[in-house]
Amino acid sequence: MDEILLKIEDLFIEYQTELETVRAVNGVSLEVKSGRTLGIVGETGAGKTTTCLSILRLLPDRTGRVTGGNICFRDKNIYSLSEEEMRTQICGEKISMIFQDPMTSLNPVMTVGSQIYEALKYHNHENKTREELERRVDEVLELVGIPAERKTEYPHQFSGGMKQRVVIAIALACEPELLIADEPTTALDVTVQAQVLAMMRDLQKKVGSAILLITHDLGVVAQMCDDALVMYAGEIVESGSIEDIFTPGSHHPYTMGLFGAIPDLDSAVDRLTPIEGLMPDPTKLPDGCYFADRCPYAEELCKQIHPTRTSLSGTHTILCHRFSEGLKEVSHE
Amino acid sequence: MNEARILIEVKDLCKYFDVKGGRKLHAVDRVNLTIPAGKTLGVVGESGCGKSTLGRTMLRLLEPTSGQILFEGKDITKARKSEMRQLRSKMQIIFQDPYSSINPHMTVSDIIMQPMIVNRLFHSREEMVARVKKLMDTVGLADRLYNAYPHELDGGRRQRIGVARALALNPEFIVCDEPVSALDVSIQAQILNLLMDLQDQMGLAYMFITHDLSVVKHISDEIAVLYLGQCIERCGATELFRNPLHPYTKMLLAAIPVPNLSARTRELQVIHGEVTNPIDPPPGCRFAARCPYCRPECKEKDLPLREVNPGHFAACTLL
Ligand SMILES: Nc1ncnc2c1ncn2[C@@H]1O[C@H](COP(=O)(O)OP(=O)(O)OP(=O)(O)O)[C@@H](O)[C@H]1O
Ligand SMILES: Nc1ncnc2c1ncn2[C@@H]1O[C@H](COP(=O)(O)OP(=O)(O)OP(=O)(O)O)[C@@H](O)[C@H]1O
Ligand SMILES: [Mg+2]
Ligand SMILES: [Mg+2]
Repeated sequence: MDEILLKIEDLFIEYQTELETVRAVNGVSLEVKSGRTLGIVGETGAGKTTTCLSILRLLPDRTGRVTGGNICFRDKNIYSLSEEEMRTQICGEKISMIFQDPMTSLNPVMTVGSQIYEALKYHNHENKTREELERRVDEVLELVGIPAERKTEYPHQFSGGMKQRVVIAIALACEPELLIADEPTTALDVTVQAQVLAMMRDLQKKVGSAILLITHDLGVVAQMCDDALVMYAGEIVESGSIEDIFTPGSHHPYTMGLFGAIPDLDSAVDRLTPIEGLMPDPTKLPDGCYFADRCPYAEELCKQIHPTRTSLSGTHTILCHRFSEGLKEVSHE
Repeated sequence: MNEARILIEVKDLCKYFDVKGGRKLHAVDRVNLTIPAGKTLGVVGESGCGKSTLGRTMLRLLEPTSGQILFEGKDITKARKSEMRQLRSKMQIIFQDPYSSINPHMTVSDIIMQPMIVNRLFHSREEMVARVKKLMDTVGLADRLYNAYPHELDGGRRQRIGVARALALNPEFIVCDEPVSALDVSIQAQILNLLMDLQDQMGLAYMFITHDLSVVKHISDEIAVLYLGQCIERCGATELFRNPLHPYTKMLLAAIPVPNLSARTRELQVIHGEVTNPIDPPPGCRFAARCPYCRPECKEKDLPLREVNPGHFAACTLL
């Protein structure tokens, strides 16, 4: 069960635009084991989607480039496979991705039902008949809370969240070994979200899939994930088991800022407390710690020298000078 | 919130879409709402229940099937094109996705200026440029971004463009359709603070559509819960969380994932039962097929909202 399915080592990705180089991913390493769920949270623009796209070699052709590191699925280096192997053996077959924008994966001129049908037919290992597949299309739609009768409609007749559910239904129907879900539930209300998350768990139980779950919702991470990592400016600033990340104690100042910015259901405040300042320009990353400009604890050292990763326990790591010179306790609240 | 002047009132509003076989999809079905000037009505409900359609129909970006939309007491469903153009400057919309609602080939200043050009609000280019700069300042976009393109900006700044564009014509009412869903919690907090500051300064009224219940509680004065095109519960924001009445609302609130580990062992709160098809739906409560308390009378006829407690309306035969 505990086989490492996906292993990323020291990944660097750049986007080359006409004028400048965007350093989107800067030294990301992570592992996902089968049967487990890894959550990724982080600032808008931190490089989460870019990391996911690179796993399927879907970076934009002309502009996006992996400039360093390795991505292995099982023991195969993804970037040593041929296009053909990639398409037939990996994409959709062993790895499925739910994109942030559902229209990336839906065809606007094909009915919703036929799109699900096509996906099922492509993965029809049990040689089901046409009727069996059609019945499965109905089932799949009902599972995500859409009446089967609506399968003859086109994507533009669906609400934002309904389109997202169709994409999720297709991705799960393929029963992938690795599911990459890029903010799969942001367009969904909490009850439909719960339904979709439950489906992911069922899939995991049934075929032991590994899940890479990107989300802005720390509540979803708390409920779904076994491990989590926090990204900032293309780096992993904190990683660990779910307990490491959610238990008060030692944390990266950015992680603390994220938890502090959530509106609290149990108490009323007039103003929310965002993290002051903005993420550094990814075309001109500073020499020191990328978070130093916004960090309430930053010292001279932080502005000059980039921190190195410190292990606090077997699983918990932090990229921050405060922890490299011996342990100081920092609390969540 | 009774003391404030009513800015917008919706009476028995319906929006049906035509679908195959001459059937009708009831996206918005006899909804009644009021929003006072300077206040926020939060709108929540299941994905596909008609929130976006309601918002768009209220601005007449979609033509209503029937019902009335009163803006400052005047029924705008009958307004002609030219009148509507004038009215539209007072009513704006901000979309969820700052990426797809913005033309990637226009600069930041062009995007903010566009509604001014369309509505021929200013006579000279200088006036417009000055206005754009002032708006950028209001929403916290640095001057140097005047000629930047949207892809050069992060999601938070792009959403600020959306806010600036919505403010360009000095509106009184803004429909915010999931304006912060795509943003991380810190940038979300920045945008929510900005929207609330603007409300204080300019007396704006908002209709705020969101799936995030902690956000809706924070920003709203009143909240309306929609289910399959109908408003099933409406009351003050704190009251809704303290004392939800409709079975669907209760289930919705129970399903909120909380950002701590205490809830990890809890089962995911899924609502079982078949979802009613919004195409020519059967009469009665739209939630009946999934409601654990369903009785025969629930399926007899549509239920109107009833004032169960002062200021707290719900539509359920149990109440
Ligand atoms: N096609 C592209 N060309 C140039 N820059 C890009 C491109 N795609 C992304 N970027 C930049 O790369 C960085 C990382 O973007 P990415 O979309 O991976 O972030 P993210 O963490 O997924 O953010 P979000 O939470 O908003 O989805 C950002 O600075 C972004 O502006
Ligand atoms: N142009 C259209 N043609 C036909 N049906 C439509 C159209 N637009 C929306 N609908 C239907 O109207 C209903 C309400 O859709 P709407 O987009 O208003 O939902 P919503 O509450 O905003 O959902 P979400 O939370 O997923 O955004 C849905 O059943 C949808 O399929
Ligand atoms: Mg992304
Ligand atoms: Mg919507």
